[in-house]
Amino acid sequence: MTAPSITPFKVNIPPAAVSDLRERLSHARLPEKETVNDWTQGAPLDNVQALIRHWRSGYDMQRLAKRLQAFPGYWTTLDGLGVHFLHVRSRHENAMPLILTHGWPGSIVEFLNVIGPLTDPTAHGGKAEDAFHVVIPSLPGYGFSEKPGAKGWGLPRIARAWGTLMQRLGYERYAAQGGDWGAGVTTWMAKQQLQGLAGIHLNLPLLFPPPVVGEPNDEEKASIAQLVAFGADKSGYAVLQSTRPQTLGYSLADSPVGQAAWIYEKLGEWSDSGHRPETVISPDDMLDNIMLYWLTDTAASSARLYAESFATDFSPQKLDLPVAVSVFPGELYRPLRVWGERMYSNIIYWGEASRGGHFAAFEQPALFVQELRRGLRPLR
Amino acid sequence: MQDKEFLMSDISTLLSAKPVSRRDAAAGLARGGAALALSSGLLPGFAAASTADDAGSATDAVTPFRVTVAQSSIDDLKRRLAATRWPDRGTVDDWSQGVPIDAARRLIKHWHERYDWRKFERKLNAFPQFRTVIDGLGIHFLHVKSRHADALPLILTHGWPGSVVEFIKTIGPLTDPTAHGGRAEDAFHVVIPSQPGFGWSDKPSQPGWNVVRTAQAWGVLMKRLGYSRWVAQGGDWGSGVTHALGHVRPDGLVAAHVNWPLVFPQQFPEQPTPEEKAAMEAAGRFASDQFGYFKEQATRPQTIGYALADSPVGQATWIYEKFQAWTDNPGRVEQVLSTDEMLDNISLYWFTNTAASSARIYWENARNGGGFDAGRIELPMAATIFPKEIYRAPRSWAQAHWPNLIYWNEVDRGGHFAAFEQPQLFSEELRKAFRSVRA
Repeated sequence: MTAPSITPFKVNIPPAAVSDLRERLSHARLPEKETVNDWTQGAPLDNVQALIRHWRSGYDMQRLAKRLQAFPGYWTTLDGLGVHFLHVRSRHENAMPLILTHGWPGSIVEFLNVIGPLTDPTAHGGKAEDAFHVVIPSLPGYGFSEKPGAKGWGLPRIARAWGTLMQRLGYERYAAQGGDWGAGVTTWMAKQQLQGLAGIHLNLPLLFPPPVVGEPNDEEKASIAQLVAFGADKSGYAVLQSTRPQTLGYSLADSPVGQAAWIYEKLGEWSDSGHRPETVISPDDMLDNIMLYWLTDTAASSARLYAESFATDFSPQKLDLPVAVSVFPGELYRPLRVWGERMYSNIIYWGEASRGGHFAAFEQPALFVQELRRGLRPLR
Repeated sequence: MQDKEFLMSDISTLLSAKPVSRRDAAAGLARGGAALALSSGLLPGFAAASTADDAGSATDAVTPFRVTVAQSSIDDLKRRLAATRWPDRGTVDDWSQGVPIDAARRLIKHWHERYDWRKFERKLNAFPQFRTVIDGLGIHFLHVKSRHADALPLILTHGWPGSVVEFIKTIGPLTDPTAHGGRAEDAFHVVIPSQPGFGWSDKPSQPGWNVVRTAQAWGVLMKRLGYSRWVAQGGDWGSGVTHALGHVRPDGLVAAHVNWPLVFPQQFPEQPTPEEKAAMEAAGRFASDQFGYFKEQATRPQTIGYALADSPVGQATWIYEKFQAWTDNPGRVEQVLSTDEMLDNISLYWFTNTAASSARIYWENARNGGGFDAGRIELPMAATIFPKEIYRAPRSWAQAHWPNLIYWNEVDRGGHFAAFEQPQLFSEELRKAFRSVRA
C-alpha cells in the first residue's frame, strides 16, 4: 500500500468550453417578464438580462482560472473520491490550520478574497498571531471534486473525509469553519470529534428546528418567524433539490442562463443587500462562482447533497468541542445564543456582525476575517 | 417512520383549519420542508368570487386561429437538442431522484430524430380553433360542435403539465358518440380552452389570474359562443377552475364533472376508514416526496422559467417526469402514452415558451394558505375516480362538500391524465355523469 498521494492541480478553462458557452449565451431564449415588480416570483428578468449581458460581453472568461491559479491547488483521493482543494500556508510558522467549507450555491470562490487576510494578517491589518494556514476543499459533487456515483456522501461522511485530509496534510491540531452546507460539514466534524480538531466556527449554526424551552420570548418569536418564512416562501429550491435533483439537473446542465439565474436568485435573496447583490458582490465575482458550476457541470451533483442530507443530518446536533459563532444580520434567520447554549456545551465566542448575510465571506471578507480571528483566538 | 407521522399530524393540523404552529412549521424546515410545504397550501380560498364581467375587453370578436410554428423555431429546437449538455448519471438507477438519464436520452433522441411536429400541427389544425379576448387577455380554444343539434355544450379545462393536447382523443367520442359506441343523445359540443399563460392563450403580464378569474372568463366565453345551458369538466388545475366555476356559477352552467375532487374535510376524522386513510397518506406523499416542482412553481416560477425556457431537454424532462409518475402504467409511461403524444404536449410548451407563465398558475393560486379543499359547492357535481390519481377522494367526503352530488364512479384504470390515458373510458364517464342534466 503506497502512501496516499496529493498531486498539484491546475485549473484550466479549455477554449472549446468557452466557445460552447458563448454560443449558448448568444442563443439564450428568455421567458417573458415576471408579473410583479419585485423578487416574489424569482430573479427579475431585467437583472438576469443584465447579468447575462455582462457574462457575454464584459466578463473575462479566463478570470476564474487566473484567480484559482494564483493559489496552490491540489487533488487527492478521500474515501474513494477525488477531492480538489486549495492549500495556502501562512509564512507564520505558528499559524493555526483551518479548513473552510463552502455551501450551496457557493463554492471555493466564496473564500478567495479572505485567503490573503487569513494567511498573511500583518499585510491586512492583523497581527502575526492571527495567522491561519487555510485548506479550502470543494465538496463532493461540487467544483473540481469528483461527483459521487453512488448514494452515501452525506454530511457525516464528508466530515470524516475532511478529517482524513487534514491528517494527510500533517495537521495535528486544527480548526474548521463553515456556513450553509459548510456549517453542516463542520458541525459533523465536531459531532464526530475528529482527531486533531480543536474547535469550530460557524456562521450558520444548525439551530433549526430551534431548541425552544417553554413559551418563546419575543426575540425567539422573531427568529422563529424568519424560519417559518423561509419554509413557506423561500424553500422551493430546497424541496426540489431534496427530491428530484436529477430532473432539475437536465435544464441547469444544458442552459447557462438557467444555471446563472438559479444561483443569482440566491445571491439576491440571501445577501445583506436588499435584493441588490451587485452592491455587495461584484458581478465578476458572482460570475466566477456561476462559471465554476457551469464549467464543471455540477448543477445536478451539487443539488444531490440535499437528497443526501437536507431532511436528516442538516439539523441541530449536541456538540462538546469548542464552538464559535458569528451571526450576520442578513442571514436567513437570526440564531440565538440561548439556543446555541442548549446544543453546544462549550461556546467560546458568539459575535454579531454589523453587516453581511448568508454569504458572509463573499459579501464582507474583512468582517468575516475579523470574526474568525476573534472567534478562534481562544483556541490558540 | 418519523416523517410519516409528522406529516400526518401536520395534515390534520392543516385540515382542521388551525394555523400551523410556528414551532411545528420550523421543525419542518429540517425535514425537507414537507410540513411547511403543506402549511403554505395547495389551493386558494374560494369563498369570495366576484361577478363575471368582461366590460374591460374592447371586443367580443371570436377569430379563427391556426397553429403555425415557424420553421426557424423548429430548426432552433433541433439545433438545441443536438447540442444538449447532460448532467452525470447520478447515484440511483430508478426514478427516485427524477428522470433517469437513460430514459431522458431516449426521449430526447426521439424528439431530435423522429418526432414530427408538423404531423401534430395538422392534427390540431383539423379542429376549429379560435381566439377571443376576455377580461383583457387573449384566450385560445378549440370549439368542436356536434352534428347532433341537441348536444350538450361542455367546456373541458386542462391542468399542468397538460394542455389541450390531453383532450384531443376525446373529441371524437364526445362530439360524435354514434361513431364511437355511444348514442346520439350522449353528444356534446366541446370547448377546450388553453388556460391563461398556457399554449396559445396570452401570458398575463399582471398578477391576478387565479382559478376564480379564469372561471369567470370561461363563463364569458360560453356566453359569447351562444351557449345558454352548459356543463364543465376538469382535472388537475382544470379541476381547480371547474370547482371555481361551481362557486362563480356563471349563467347557463348546470353541472360540473371533475376527475380530481378537492373535497378534503375541514376536520380529519379521528377514526378514518381505510379509504380515508389511503387518501390522507397519498396526499401526504404528494405533499412531501413529490412536492418539489409544486413548491418551486408556487414560490419562484420566474427563476425555474429561465432554465426551462432556454433548454428543451429541461422542459421535456420537467414534464416527462410527471407523465411517468402520475399515469396508470405497469412500469413505463410509454406503455400507456406514446412517445409522440407526450412530445406533442412537451413541444406545445416549448414552442409557446410557456414554462414560466404556466408555472405561475401555482404562484397565483397556491402561494398562501389553503388545502385540498375547494369548499362547499351547491352546483350539481359529478366525479370519476381513476385508480392512479394522486389521491383517491372518498365518496363520503364529496357528499359532505357537494349537496347535489349527481354522479360518482370509481373506474378500474387510468391516472391523473385521465382523458389522455383513457380517452374512451373518460368519454363514457362524461356521458354517464351528465345524463341526468340533459334537457
